[in-house]
Amino acid sequence: MIKKGTWITIESVVLKAAERAHNLPADTQKTDLKKWVKGYLEEDGLIGSFVTVKTTTGRLEHGILTEANPSFDVNYGSYVPELKKICEQVRGLL
Amino acid sequence: MKNAKDMSYAALMARRSDIMKSSLGIDYETYERGSIAFDYEAMMGFGGYTFEDVRRIQQNSAVGDTPLIELKNITALMRNSAKPGKGARIFIKDEAGNPSGSFKERRASISCHHAKKMGFKGVIAATSGNYGAAVAAQAARYGLKCIVVQECYDSNKTGQPEIIEKARKCEALGAEVIQLSVGPELFYVFLALLEETGYMNASLYTPFGIAGIETLGYEIAEEIKKKYGRFPDAVVCTHAGGGNLTGTARGLLHAGADKTVVIGASVDLTGLHMASDVNFNQKSFTTGHTGFGMPFATNPDRSDVPRSAGRPLRYMDKYFLITQGEVFYMTEALAVLEGLERGPAGNTSLAAAFSIAREMDEDEILVVQETEYTGAGKHPQAQLSFARENDIDIKFGNPKDSVPGKSIIFPDSPDKIQAIEQDLTRLRKSLIKNKTAGYSLGNITPEDISFLADETKTDEVFVRVCLEELSKV
Repeated sequence: MIKKGTWITIESVVLKAAERAHNLPADTQKTDLKKWVKGYLEEDGLIGSFVTVKTTTGRLEHGILTEANPSFDVNYGSYVPELKKICEQVRGLL
Repeated sequence: MKNAKDMSYAALMARRSDIMKSSLGIDYETYERGSIAFDYEAMMGFGGYTFEDVRRIQQNSAVGDTPLIELKNITALMRNSAKPGKGARIFIKDEAGNPSGSFKERRASISCHHAKKMGFKGVIAATSGNYGAAVAAQAARYGLKCIVVQECYDSNKTGQPEIIEKARKCEALGAEVIQLSVGPELFYVFLALLEETGYMNASLYTPFGIAGIETLGYEIAEEIKKKYGRFPDAVVCTHAGGGNLTGTARGLLHAGADKTVVIGASVDLTGLHMASDVNFNQKSFTTGHTGFGMPFATNPDRSDVPRSAGRPLRYMDKYFLITQGEVFYMTEALAVLEGLERGPAGNTSLAAAFSIAREMDEDEILVVQETEYTGAGKHPQAQLSFARENDIDIKFGNPKDSVPGKSIIFPDSPDKIQAIEQDLTRLRKSLIKNKTAGYSLGNITPEDISFLADETKTDEVFVRVCLEELSKV
């Protein structure tokens, strides 16, 4: 159970595939337009349940609870040996 | 439910015009002229901010006056492959020095100042780029609430590392971030939020969004003139939505640099559809590319305001494309030869400049007009390893053999960095075709002809010949 007041992410469908604009590429046309919003959980809830959050600007948004205490996992990726080669090449030419 | 508005896609889009008017305070209809013309300069005067006002607003919010740095080592590297007497000096305007790390803060500063002045409680911007952080930073300074709407994930919720980093930065600066899967209906979400909150539309394409960049062109002209006694011979701008080049060129003209050649540069992503769920994560550049650069050049009013203030073909003298591999290569060179870890997307203009400067005389001066911050996710290593995970073939060779979405090819030597010049006449004709679609020759007024000449930096003869050609098709 995720407690009321926890910072969470919700997912919702803005437009179902059939409701989407008609000028989309075929691959996109088959998908729903999804939205992810973060906020404070308004009532206790479970992952996967339909909940309401209060966002940073104080708005209420509704959707499926997907994650509690969401963090960012961006990083510098795996080693890319070519970048080291570029470094050696350009320095070697000067 | 009492007074519940119809939020269906069609109903909300039908309210678009009213939402735009109340969220901007600009009545675009007052600028309309002729059949297709509008008074661009009158629109640019909206809000009544003079150039000096814009400078003062920016100086009060720590924006602008960034260092202009001569890239002596990169110039030397470029001259290795230049003919005798050739190879212009390359300078770069280190716009990463703005509070949120990019030139976009120049644009945000005026919008946020105006929002505060007009009593809006907050601002909303639709952007997956640096502009989100710029608006968040300036909103923070002005005590405004801020919502940033991003296209961020494919339908499996796999995100572009570069865009996720920008979401992080927006949140770090106190903004609310709304993330969407791929698709142009982001505009629907954006409109719904404007209607719900009553916040100001801090679009990139309002007159404020462009006036804010004029200071950048002006600073470049003034600083080069002060140090070297003349204006720069060429300025290269990364071109996507058109605002960067438009504002920079207007600033150069404001300083009197009317002989400076204004050059646009975009990353070539030909073949990748910008609204494709599958293609979304096959590209390693989320801005500065042809997916925006071509359509926004030839049809600037496809933006999120009725009339875009970013109108690049009014100012562009030359336009070059460069590949993803070449930009990554130059990003690495900038770090290891000049000690400037920046970009990568903002280095699109640098990569093109490396090739353009090679053909210029050695006593000429070329300025690359921006850098941007780099960080986790938004970094060559993060983006290239993400590309590898998405089965993109990454190798050395001839960059011209690369296929966007399939391969990224680093030049196997710097002389292989070759920006490809585009046919501006073709783009200008395309703009005229787009603007006159649905009109017969008889409906096009002399005012329209004059407008189209301004829109394409040509003359009325060019426009008339083009219209004749179109009428025969």
